[in-house]
Parts: sequence; structure tokens; C-alpha cells
Amino acid sequence: MSTTATESVQKEQSMLLQKDMIADHFRRLGRAKEEGKKVVYTFVPGNLNELILAFDMLPVHPEINALQSAMRKKSAGYIREAEKHGHSEDVCTYVKCDVGMLKSGNIGPTGEKLPEPDLLLLSYTGCFTFMKWFEILRKEYNDCATVMLHVPYQGDGAITEEARAYVVKQLREVLVPQLERISGRKLDHDRLEELLASSARAEEDLVSILESAKQKPSPIDAYFGGVYYIGPIFTAFRGRESCEEYYQVLRSEVEERIRMKSGPITPEGPMHNEQYRLVVEGPPNWTSFREFWKMFYDESAVVVASSYTKVGGIYDTGFRHDARQPFESLADYCLGCYTNLNLPSRIDLLEKYINEYEADGFLINSIKSCNSFSAGQLLILNELEKRTGKAGGFIESDLVDPRYFSAANIKNRLESYFQMVDAKRQNRHTPSSRERA
Amino acid sequence: MTVQEILRQCEDLYNDIDFAYVRDWKTRHGAGAIGYMPVYVPRELIRAAGMLPVGIMGAGDLLEIIKGDAYFQSYICHIPRSTIEMGVSNRLDCLDGMLFPAICDVIRNLSGMWKLLFPGKYAKYVDFPQNFDAELGGTFYRHELRGLLADFARISGREISNDDINEAIVLYNENRRVIRELYALRVERPHLVPTYEMYLILRASNILDVAEHTALMRDYLTATLREERPVRDNIRIVLTGAFCEQPPLGLIRALENSGCNIVDDDWMLGARYMPDDIPVTADAIGALTDAYLTGTVATASKYEEDGNKGAYLISQVTRSGADGVIFAAPSFCDPALLERPMQQEALKREKIPYTSFKYSEDTGQYQVIREQTGTFADAIKLWGDA
Repeated sequence: MSTTATESVQKEQSMLLQKDMIADHFRRLGRAKEEGKKVVYTFVPGNLNELILAFDMLPVHPEINALQSAMRKKSAGYIREAEKHGHSEDVCTYVKCDVGMLKSGNIGPTGEKLPEPDLLLLSYTGCFTFMKWFEILRKEYNDCATVMLHVPYQGDGAITEEARAYVVKQLREVLVPQLERISGRKLDHDRLEELLASSARAEEDLVSILESAKQKPSPIDAYFGGVYYIGPIFTAFRGRESCEEYYQVLRSEVEERIRMKSGPITPEGPMHNEQYRLVVEGPPNWTSFREFWKMFYDESAVVVASSYTKVGGIYDTGFRHDARQPFESLADYCLGCYTNLNLPSRIDLLEKYINEYEADGFLINSIKSCNSFSAGQLLILNELEKRTGKAGGFIESDLVDPRYFSAANIKNRLESYFQMVDAKRQNRHTPSSRERA
Repeated sequence: MTVQEILRQCEDLYNDIDFAYVRDWKTRHGAGAIGYMPVYVPRELIRAAGMLPVGIMGAGDLLEIIKGDAYFQSYICHIPRSTIEMGVSNRLDCLDGMLFPAICDVIRNLSGMWKLLFPGKYAKYVDFPQNFDAELGGTFYRHELRGLLADFARISGREISNDDINEAIVLYNENRRVIRELYALRVERPHLVPTYEMYLILRASNILDVAEHTALMRDYLTATLREERPVRDNIRIVLTGAFCEQPPLGLIRALENSGCNIVDDDWMLGARYMPDDIPVTADAIGALTDAYLTGTVATASKYEEDGNKGAYLISQVTRSGADGVIFAAPSFCDPALLERPMQQEALKREKIPYTSFKYSEDTGQYQVIREQTGTFADAIKLWGDA
């Protein structure tokens, strides 16, 4: 084992801060109705947090509820409940977990009942299922007010002027009037600009944190640790002071670890003796998150870059929210999220990560119920192997359905994969049966 | 032509996964061909460029998947596997490009895969607006159409005028009109237009030049009215959920043999996506745009602004005098399967009976499904309810 078992696992200040932020957010949600606050349900990719906050509304993210239900071992029951109500075993388990939670009383991660939405803000970014999901919720919440933001896909690998203009026009002419109607207040443009400027400052720190993984050893795990690091900026906090503070604190902790040449913090303490540097494509499994992570740090494997930490925005290629052009930058943000990139662009980005982070290999965690990520991943695997010559691995699991997490199977595959990385690293080439033939 | 002769021609087209008709058409016309995936693309623009639009709906159960499975995990639907299989086995070489309409994440990602696998070929993701305001979604869609037009002009090597587009609109309007006649006859006298025949004739629209297809349907209408066919004691059914990956022909026949006259459906939806005529105007792109925004039927991949889920399905049932609904969706088809519970709720409210199953394009065992739909039909016949 790579971590020192005797080391006490001390929570860092950033962890405590994030815990408090989340608890505070759910407390506010719990009191939303009595305090007359309006609640907006929306999705993580292409979320318009600054706009929601500018209207003093509170966001709820159904994907986050689903993944937290999974981490609390509640998702299996919720999924069964949704399937009992006619939802197919074939479809996205985030949706079913959310519907099942709703049917079971809509109790959030802190044990408090989540408020019903005043508005479903359907930011249709990079995933068709989002549209169906909110169509389902719209019915479940008695035809709740729903507003659609259609974000065109980057089919040809770039954001076109027309796509940007289309999104900006929808923001100005559809979303803002609807938010004004539901919130009962006019858009405060100054407030929006303040929020966007704050976002940009936090984004600057986030990029520094993610890019710290270029160091050897990497002071962070950019996948298992990364999902915590992106938490505030991908969800209800981007634009808030608390978010800025969180990333400042986290950045200073990471810088300290660089100075000390320390590895990432794992649930069992700091990881030492980095052996494998990996790039990971695809979301993690949430039902056995700790067990999954342990399979990596037990092998002294650290993830130095991941695509999942870009679903709520790709900042490390230069994008920042921009207070000088609020709607244009919100549009660019939505258009630029990872799952809105076409397959060749995704491969280019992963190749760049493998090279820039000096990874030993890359791994795809293919998610059974997420076609947006999964369709085409086997071609991604082949392309990346061809382009980089690095070892590629492929494992399968699911987001929140524990029926699709086979620990023994994944562990076996990972062990074989690490052997393959070793072989590649030592430049030993074992001819395959096909080559021998 | 007799019904049997027409059907033989359609069966030959259906079974020809080497696209001999397309190759021959290209030689005869000295022009290109553009493939497209379900559900809908504006075929008028391809035709206006003098090219042949070719609907690609996978290979059904006609092709053993050898390489295609290596590109997709077990939990992805079947149509991209057989499409890739056809691509990598050079069967689609006759196409000068492929269009991938915005319908689901799988077809969307397939567009990127196509770019990588066939770098010399034109591959285009066609985005459709989910905002149906003329100034918003309409402006965006106009630009998409102009982009397609420019691409087709480049591929075909010819300028495309407004008249060219209008000429194509007229041809497709005529085609839509005859399809409406065919469906009307089926609703009125379903025994004269068995589902199997209807499907094959519509499916031929994927391949045949539009004028030829219209003539074929007219011939069929004439021929079938001359036929003497037994009137069966079948129930009347609307089938929904099959708008992309198609059920195999054997399954379609099995459904009918189980006692169901399918009087409306959503397979081959692209040919009927705009049921009404598109006007001929000085702004043909504008007419196509308006038709998309205001004149397309409801389907799972299209956002319904009014949230009135199931309303279109219920209108299909009412218009066709159907006794019930069959939900037939391909396995792992997100749009169809996510749509299903909402539609079922709507049917429950209206007390319309339904039954549901899944299939894949290469499903080989029909007996279980046949028993299920047969029982459904019997229940309706006996008790008027399932």
C-alpha cells in the first residue's frame, strides 16, 4: 500500500470549507419556501449559475442529488422504485435515481426534504437525456414552469458565430424574461457582472490546481480527488465569494504539497511513491467510489488529468467567464463543455493531456448508462493508443447503479492494465497472437 | 404492375446492402449520393444539388456483425454497429457523404467516429433547433441549411438556385401526398394495405429517386385496389417508438399475424416528418425552415414546448380509429425508452390500452413478442381492454 497506514487522516481546511458550503446550501434550500426564495432545478454542464444567483434564486442539480444518493448507498432502491414506475432498465440511471428519490419523498443528502422547483432550467448541453429528464420532471412536478436553452453541438469541432448568436439570443430573449417572471425581479446587470468576475478569479485558481498535476510527483489526483475539487465551481457556488475563498485555500494547500513534494491526499492519507501517472476518460462510478479509488492508490497510481473534471467547463484551454461580455461568455461556456465537443476534439484534448502531463497511460471508465460519454469510446481508445503509443485500458461500470459495478472484475482488469503499463515503460514488446500468426 | 411485382422490387431494394441501385443511379446520372441516418434530413437540398439522398437505417438482420461490434459496448443499440460494419466493409463507398441528424447521443457521436474512420468523406452532424421561434431557432436553422447547401454545391460541383430547391420541394410534396393517400387507405381498409407491404414500400423511399418512388406508390395503390383480400378480424393498432433502428421484416410480419392491423406508426418517420405540403416561394430555405419549426410531427428527439406529452400519440389513435398502442422500441434507445413512461401515463388517462416490448434490428426470435401482441389483441377483442 502506498499510503502510510499509521498517518492520521487529517481533513484539510479546503475539505472542511467545502463541507460547510454544501451544508449551508442545503440548509438554505430547506428554508427556501418559508423564506420566499425561488428554486431552479438545472444541470451541471452548461449551468448558468451566475444568472441564477443574479436573480437571488437557489439552484438544485439533479445529477448531484443522484450521485450523492449513490455515495450514501440509496441509489439502488431509488432506481428500483423508478423501474417499478415503468422506467426502462436500459436508460440513464441518474434519471431513474432522481425519479426514484422524488417518488420516495425527495429527501436530499443532508436528510432534509428538497424544495420543489419553481423553474426547470433545461440547459440542453452535450446530452440528449437532459431533455427527456426534465420532460419527465415537468410532469412529475405538475407541469412546472420549464425553460429550454438549446446549446448546439460542436459537430465540426468549433464554436460557430451563428451557434454563439443563437445561444446569446435565447439567453436574452427567453431565459432572462422567464427568470424575471419567476423571481419577480428585473435582472441586475451589475450584480451579474460581479458574479462573473468572481467566477473568473476562482477559475484561475482551479486551473492552477488542475495543472499542478504536471509536477512529479503530482500533488493531486485529478479524477478521484478532482471530483471534489470541481464540486463548488461546477455547481451552486460559482460566482460566490465562498467559492473564490475555497479555491484560494485549496490552491495554497496544493502549492504547499508541491513544495513538500507530497503526493495526493487519499481517504487513507497522503499517497507516496507515485508509480503510475494516468489520464482517465469518463465519469467515475459513485456507488463504490472509495473502493474504486483504493484500487488505484493501492497500486500507487495517480490520475494526472481527466475528462470528467471538464464536464462543467473546460478552463485549462483558456476560457474564463467574462464580466465585460456577460451573455457571450455564458454562451461560450455552455458551448465549450466537454460533452459538447465532437469525438475528434475529445481525442485531441485527451492526447494533449497524455503528452503535457507525461502520463504513462490512459484509462477509459465506460459508463453503461451514459451514451453521451460512452458511444465511441472504443474508437477513442484505439486512436489514443495509435497516436501516443501509451498503454490504454478499458473498464466498465455505471454511474449510480450498483448492479453494474463488479469490483473483482475491475480489479483484475486494472492489475493487467498496470502490468501492461510496466511492459510498455520498460519497452518490452510482447507480440500479440495476431502478430505471431 | 401487380402487387407482387412491386413487392419483389421493394424486397430486392431492402435486401441489397451493397446498394446496387445507388451505384447504378450514380453511373446513369453522373452525380453523387448522400447518405443520411434517421430520423429526418431535408432531402430536398440533396435533390436540388442533383444528388441522390440515401437513407441508411442499419443492415437489419442481413449482415453478420464482425467488425462493428469492436466499436461499441454491449449496452449501445444495434444500428451504429451495422452502419459501421457496412462502412468498414466498403458497402457505403458509393456515398459521397453522410449526414447524422441530431436525434440522440449515439448518432451524434457516430458523426465524429465517421470523420475519423473515413477522413476523405464528407460527414456532417445536422443540428436541429429545439427552440421553435422563427427569430431564434429559425435563424439558427436557416444558417444550418445554408451550410448544407454550400456543402452540397461543393460536392456536386454545381450552383444550387432557389428554383432548384423549389423543384425538389414539388417532387417531395407529391411524394408526401401519395404517402398520405396510402395511409388513408390503410386506415379505411387495412386489409388492402398489409403492414408488411406498406413498410416495404415506404422503406423503398430510402433508396429510390423520389419521382420513381412516388410512381411506385401510385402503381401500388392502383394494384392493391384490384386485389381481392380477406378481411381479417384484427384489432387496429398504432405502433410507436421505432423511429430510428428498424424492426426486422420478420417481426413486422409476426405482429400482423398475431392479430394486429397497424394503422399508424412512426417507423420510416423521415418520409412523413412533415405531413403537409411545403409551399413553393421565393425563399425556399425559409419555407423549409418554417416547415421544420411549425409543420413536423412530435417525436421523442424533439422538445415539446407545451409539455403536452402523449397528445400527438393520442391524436394518432383517434385519427386512425385504433383500439390500442404498441410501444416497440429498440433496446438501449434512450429517446424512445425515456419517452415511454410519459406517453403511457397519457394513454392511461385516456383509457387507451397498450403493450410494450423491445427489439433490435437483428432480433431473430419473434415468438415471445408474437404471443404478447396476440394476447393483447385477444384481450381487446374479447373485452375491449387489455
